[in-house]
Amino acid sequence: MVLEELVQIKEQELASRKKFTLRCCLAAGCVSSNAQAVKDALDRAVKEAGLEKEVEVRGVGCMRLCCEGPLVAVDPAEVLFEKVAPADCDALVATLKGVPSQLKRGDLTAPFFKHQLSIVLENCGLVDPDRIESYIAADGYLALRNVLREMTPQEVVQLVTRSGLRGRGGAGYPTGLKWATVAKTTSSRKFVICNADEGDPGAFMDRSVLESDPHRVIEGMIIAAYAVGADQGFIYVRAEYPLAIQRLQTAIRQAKQYGLLGSGVFESPFNFNIEIRIGAGAFVCGEETALMASIEGRRGQPRPRPPFPAESGLWGHPTLINNVETFANIPPIALKGAEWFAGIGTERSKGTKVFALAGKITNTGLIEVPMGTPLRTIVEEMGGGAPEGGQIKAVQTGGPSGGCIPASQLDTPVDYESLAKLGSIMGSGGMIVMDQTTNMVDVARFFMEFCMDESCGKCVPCRAGTVQMHHLLRKVMDRKATSRDLAKLEELCDMVKNTSLCGLGQTAPNPVLSTLRYFRNEYLELLQPAPKQPAAVAPATGIF
Amino acid sequence: MILAKSRNRVSASTPPKAAGDKRYKILETQMKRFQYRQDALIEVLHRAQELFGFLDHDLMRHIAHHLRLPPSRVFGVATFYHFFNLKPKGAHSCVICMGTACYVKGADKVVAALEKEYGIKAGETTEDGKFSLATARCIGACGIAPAVVYDGVVTARQTPESALEIVKGWLRHGS
Repeated sequence: MVLEELVQIKEQELASRKKFTLRCCLAAGCVSSNAQAVKDALDRAVKEAGLEKEVEVRGVGCMRLCCEGPLVAVDPAEVLFEKVAPADCDALVATLKGVPSQLKRGDLTAPFFKHQLSIVLENCGLVDPDRIESYIAADGYLALRNVLREMTPQEVVQLVTRSGLRGRGGAGYPTGLKWATVAKTTSSRKFVICNADEGDPGAFMDRSVLESDPHRVIEGMIIAAYAVGADQGFIYVRAEYPLAIQRLQTAIRQAKQYGLLGSGVFESPFNFNIEIRIGAGAFVCGEETALMASIEGRRGQPRPRPPFPAESGLWGHPTLINNVETFANIPPIALKGAEWFAGIGTERSKGTKVFALAGKITNTGLIEVPMGTPLRTIVEEMGGGAPEGGQIKAVQTGGPSGGCIPASQLDTPVDYESLAKLGSIMGSGGMIVMDQTTNMVDVARFFMEFCMDESCGKCVPCRAGTVQMHHLLRKVMDRKATSRDLAKLEELCDMVKNTSLCGLGQTAPNPVLSTLRYFRNEYLELLQPAPKQPAAVAPATGIF
Repeated sequence: MILAKSRNRVSASTPPKAAGDKRYKILETQMKRFQYRQDALIEVLHRAQELFGFLDHDLMRHIAHHLRLPPSRVFGVATFYHFFNLKPKGAHSCVICMGTACYVKGADKVVAALEKEYGIKAGETTEDGKFSLATARCIGACGIAPAVVYDGVVTARQTPESALEIVKGWLRHGS
């Protein structure tokens, strides 16, 4: 593959475009609402109407508004049809000839779409994830070519550092710094890992990116490998995402065929291969050292850091681990420059962030907004508020490691620091809206049960602490707890937070702490009056 | 030395049924593809579960033998990950997503209704082996919550009534 071939593929692909394109969402959300049947029906309807020469039916990835799926978009008319059934397809195709129809149309000028700024998702819903040519037509792999031909690895690291990109997996560690650390090591073997073990309940951003635009992630990984000097990559993806796995496999095969993976990428001396590793349902494997243990075929248990994976990772070699969304940000940065990227967002959080909006909210789906967008804009304007006249009570971010932000704090801008100040975290991007019917103590108990089940059992504070905290939260829910139990709970939170080995344990108390901070009343309402004589402490039910 | 000893013990107890069953052959081809690398254990277990439906002790011993791993290591990995079943599953399976979005939209009520109707807890199979009930951490279908996976098919916006109806339909047909 050389530049001329890349340009040629792009031109061929663009020349073969027909007058109309019907884009049918084939990401997991819409597929669960029967989108594959809609796509088949569209193919048939186009054929029957004799419009094959004028209309292309393209299966694409996520078009954001999952709650209204299956979605079909019409180009160039810029119309979005919602809740399309296979039976509607004849009428839908007839609209191309100007026949009016009663089909439900989405409003593309609504705040849900208007406030979005797509960088990571710019190809999602436009390109066919199963065809590399479709990605190349959208300037895919051009960034990789430019990087390999015109930049030294050091310059790539500097570019990422200047862009101010921070890890999108949750903690927000500066990506450039991580790359520089791995690049500096002198080991003969290095690895690049893409963390696609999106375990937070209520988060589906990475799944959507992998299903909609797998080549983007692969391109980002190849650029990263070139920058740090790695020759082997792994994508660790959840077994719960079969469609994402299938599309990644197809994408890797196609990239190999075109000489974009394997030996001599873009006919340069640089070699790189990617293997997929499938997870087996352990939340803790999202933690980087546990993830590496799992790739090595062992139990996914974390180990103390340092040494950090950047120095000693997979099989003891320096390893770069980044999240799906982080890698997906790399090609546009390489193409448009660090300054362009650094111009978006806030002072310390650059670029955009993808959020999965779900829960008690009118518009559920995927959104991408510039860093610093107020939460209120996201949940009230874009999300359309709580459905059926409900009142938004809290917004949960960061999954089991995050916290609940009360409605009174909705004017907070979303960036790493502001959310941390509120006792929550940015997290990977799950955003669950809760209304007045949600019991916050039960939410805390729900997350604690999650952490208790998912604790790997290696360190005592997390293994035993989560059991005890869950026991106390149950006691509160059953109206059997006293103020002494509440004090005990807070004490335990502090202990588990400060003494656990890995991120799972260190952040497990966050949902409890944040609900105690903002919704303490709900706990107090459930408490029993304390006994006058301090009773003997009830025997612990946990297992040590 | 200890490792060598355990290896011998494993080889002595490798099940004789390995010879006749075609699925063992397929599994061996798979292991060969990974060059019997020990770090391919999880991939091999995935394939074994696809072929056999669950991982029984003989099967795990068989894998341990071929990958030259102590059986304790294979057993340790198989029990660590939620995805691996050590017991056979029912003829039909119903997996209810208990991710946060599904939970706040009432997935717990769907679980409770099915548990009550069939007298089993999530993660169990009915005595006649016809129906398994399970919960998942999050299947990433939050936009269509609450989501339930019936025999591998993700279905949107379920209620206790709709779930009961589907499961009753399965059991009525007796297949």
